Formats: sequence, structure tokens, C-alpha cells
Amino acid sequence: MPRRIVIGIRGIGHRVIDSVWRLGYAARFFSLILLKSGTSMRRFGLIIRELYFTGVLTMVIILVSGLFVGMVLGLQGYETLQKFGAETAVGTLVALSLVRELGPVVAGLLFASRAGSAITAEIGLMKATEQLEAMGMMAVDPIARVVAPRFWAGVISMPLLAAMFSAMGVFGGYLVAVVLIGVDEGSFWSQMQSVVDFRFDIVNGIIKTCVFGVAITAIAVFEGYNAPPTAEGVSGATTRTVVTSALVILGLDFVLTSFMFRGVG
Amino acid sequence: MTTNPLVEIKDLNFSYDERAILKGINMTMPRGKVIAIMGGSGCGKTTLLRLIGGVVAPSSGYVKVDNQIVHELSRNKLFSLRRKMSMLFQFGALFTDLSVFDNVAFQMREHTDLPESVIRDLVFMKLHAVGLRGAHNLMPAELSGGMARRVALARSIALDPMLVMYDEPFAGLDPISLSVIGNLIRRLTDALGMTSILVTHDVHQSLKIVDYVYFISEGVIAAEGTPSEVRESVSPFVHQFIHSEVDGPVPFHYPAEKYATDLNLENRIA
Ligand SMILES: Nc1ncnc2c1ncn2[C@@H]1O[C@H](COP(=O)(O)OP(=O)(O)O)[C@@H](O)[C@H]1O
Ligand SMILES: [Mg+2]
Repeated sequence: MPRRIVIGIRGIGHRVIDSVWRLGYAARFFSLILLKSGTSMRRFGLIIRELYFTGVLTMVIILVSGLFVGMVLGLQGYETLQKFGAETAVGTLVALSLVRELGPVVAGLLFASRAGSAITAEIGLMKATEQLEAMGMMAVDPIARVVAPRFWAGVISMPLLAAMFSAMGVFGGYLVAVVLIGVDEGSFWSQMQSVVDFRFDIVNGIIKTCVFGVAITAIAVFEGYNAPPTAEGVSGATTRTVVTSALVILGLDFVLTSFMFRGVG
Repeated sequence: MTTNPLVEIKDLNFSYDERAILKGINMTMPRGKVIAIMGGSGCGKTTLLRLIGGVVAPSSGYVKVDNQIVHELSRNKLFSLRRKMSMLFQFGALFTDLSVFDNVAFQMREHTDLPESVIRDLVFMKLHAVGLRGAHNLMPAELSGGMARRVALARSIALDPMLVMYDEPFAGLDPISLSVIGNLIRRLTDALGMTSILVTHDVHQSLKIVDYVYFISEGVIAAEGTPSEVRESVSPFVHQFIHSEVDGPVPFHYPAEKYATDLNLENRIA
């Protein structure tokens, strides 16, 4: 019996040490990326190329989803608000939901599943086919040449994509509420303009998207770079990128929101 | 300076975790030669190349390349040494997101400030040397196995290295591509004055082109010599390897329980 207990305790200790070690390893990897970003900053062409793959190719899904989310918000918002005779406030509702929450979160989830997974799969495959080791043997640091440009491209494109998502969503809300249902166009826009606050709503939304951008891209490059060099390894890493990113986005969103909108009307 | 060997390996030991892979290897590789390292799969040939390239560090002993002990070099020194050597990986390891041209140009762009017009000429010269100038526009996915290996070869000589390591360059090639690659290795070594280390299973092809052979078995050097010495060798291991015999000093069977025990025969009879 005591032997069992000893084994159990040892197992717990092992797990704890293992997780702490992984955490430290990830932190070390992250600081290496930052340290070695000089090259990619000097050769901005590397980042531009990745911006195309992570940013431009993700744009279609972001724009289409933004439009639909905005249209649904318009419909639902109108349904509820008109019961209180406040249907002109539908513009405010759509805009606030988008810039505060749905823009950053939904765009982040889409970004993780479209761009994050692609980054992980690409880096993982480069590792599995010995391209990264070959690069190292050519005296070119793979973290500086492959990982850092992808990281910065993700960090740059995420806020831009989220902004497009929100803009498209507002347009979708306008289509449904004003064009389709016939809410007064003047009050739709003017209410939105007077209620949405630049500092509290828009800046906070941008901060969220930046934080999500860093988190998603860091997870994606980490998983790819540390994927076991086999087919299962790469596919497992890709799945983990999407799942971990989703959890981290939702978790961080709660934390950020509770700090940002404490006591704000 | 030119008389001492380019690569010198002394009492080299290496283990992954607890498992000893290489046990006391000694090798000397003179400049300008093609040296073959042979041995069964998993005997540590790739590991030996990674030790020479400084990717992993030995448990004891050392590898000296151009008079520098590789595992004692600082990161910057190691990287400047690596600019003078290159490695052809088992499956080429071409950068899949770059065209053939850009693959060969990669190191020139990373390590030199040459103008693009000069790079263009150099890349075409390297591709011409392997007979693939016409393929410069293709992507790696569009190449056959033999062509990919030749592009990788062109890429590995991009900066005129003093040492090139080839990890099983013949693996999975048809007989024609195989002799093409073999001849290229010999010709390029002589023409560029480099030194080549060739890791391979292919006895017949490599005995035709190399200057010296090392056989590794179970982590030690089982035999060594020039191709003619090796052909004449009476060592049972070399004999088995060269004549591809199934059983010999290298057993066909992985160590196992008695066959009868595994089939549960003993109990039934008893
Ligand atoms: N990263 C690693 N971690 C643990 N063991 C490894 C690793 N790489 C190779 N090995 C083991 O080391 C041995 C030698 O591998 P390698 O040098 O690749 O053999 P080969 O002669 O076929 O090239 C093999 O048994 C392999 O399983
Ligand atoms: Mg090998």
C-alpha cells in the first residue's frame, strides 16, 4: 500500500515537473523568436511574403463570415429592440457587439483555424522533411529565417483582419436593418456614431486583437517547430494549434474583458 | 596546412539518452578524397555526419574539421565553419516553397552580397554542372527523385565548400540516376578540389568512385581500406556486406527468445 502511494506521488511530481519544463521551454522559444527577429525586420520582404499567405489568403473567409455575423446581429437585434420601440438602436448594438467582442473573438477563431493551422503544418512539414536541419547546416538559423517572419506576419495581419471583420459586420447589419427591414438610416448611423466610444470600445477591441494575434501565432509556430517529425506528429500538432488557440482566445477574452470594461456603462 | 587531414575523428563516443550509438571511432579523411562510410541501417552513419556538422555533440572524443574541434566552437565560429561545409540530406531536403533556382541561390543570397545578376550566372553554372539548367523554373514537387537529388547536389556546392557530406545519396534511385549521381560526386570533388564523405549502402557503385572505405558495425569500425583492399578482404563482415549475404557476422535474426518458446511449442510437447 505505501508503495502505491509513493508511486502515485511520484507520478504527480513527474507531471508537474514536466508541465513546468514545457512552459519554460515555450517561454525560451518565444524569447528566441523575439531575439532573432532582427533579420526579418531588416529583410522586410520575408515578412511581406508571409503576410500574403497568412493575411491575404485568410481575408475571404473573414469578410464572408463578418458579413453573415453582422446580418444575424441585425436580425436578432431588430427582433428584440423593436419590442421596446428602440429599433433605431440596432446600429449601436451591431457595432458594439462587433468591436468589443465578436470581431476580436470570431476573427481570432477563424484566423487560428485558417492561418494558424497552415503555419503549424508548414513548419512541421519543413521539419519532418529535414528542411530546417538542412537550413541550419547551411549556417542559416531556421528560427530567424522561417519562424520569425511567420510570427510577425501573423501578429500584423490579425488586427487588420479583425478590423475588416467588424467593418463587414457593420455593413451586414446595415443591409438587414436598413435596406431589408427599413429602419431609419439616419438614426442607424448617428446613434452608432454617438454611442460607440473610441477609447473604450475601439481601442480596447484593437488591444484584444493584438493580444490574440500574438497568442495564436506563437502557439502555431511553437507547435509546428516542435512537432514530432512524422505524419502523425504534424497532424497532431495542427489539431493542437486550433484547439489550444480556441481555448486561449476564449480564456484571454474573459480576462481582458473583465479588466477593460470594469464599471463602464 | 594542406598536408594535414581535413577531418580527423578521435576516440569518438556518442549515445542517445543511455543507448550507445558510436563507440570509439577513429577516422582520418585527407583533403581532396572521396571517403565512403558503409554499414547497416541504424548503425549510426547519419549520426556520425551530424557529429561532423556539429548538430550534436559527442559524449567523449572529438571531431576536428580544418583543425578546429567542432563541439568546442562557439555558435558564431560553428556557423562560419558550416559555411565551408555542406550536407546533402537523405531525401534532398529541398525547400519546398522555393523553386529549383531559388533553392540553389539560397545560400548565395543569405551569405553573400553578390548582385542578382552574378547570382543568376552562378546558379546556372551549378545547375549546368548537374545537367539541370533547363529545370530552373520547376518547383521541388515537380522533380523526380533523381532530379531532386541532383538539385540538392547543386545546392550543396553553391558556395564551393571544402567538405560535402552525402547521406545515402543513392537511396531509392534507379540504376541510371544512381551512376549519374555517383559520377557527379567524383567529378565535382576533383573539379572543385573539395573533400567528400559518402554515406551509403550501395557497395558496387561506391567502390567504383571512392578512395577509401570505412565499415561501421555495432558502433565500431569493423573494417577499412581502399576499394581494392576491401574487395580482396578476407574479413567475414566485409565479405558478407560486399556479397550481400543474408547471414554471417551480421545475423539475419534480431535477438529473440527461442523460436519454440515463442510458438508455445515446448509447453505443449511437455
Ligand atoms: N533523435 C534521436 N533520438 C534517439 N535516437 C535516435 C535519434 N536519431 C537516431 N536515433 C537512433 O540512433 C541510431 C542511429 O541512427 P542513424 O545515425 O540515423 O542510423 P543510420 O546509420 O541508418 O543513418 C538508430 O538506432 C536510431 O534509432
Ligand atoms: Mg541514415
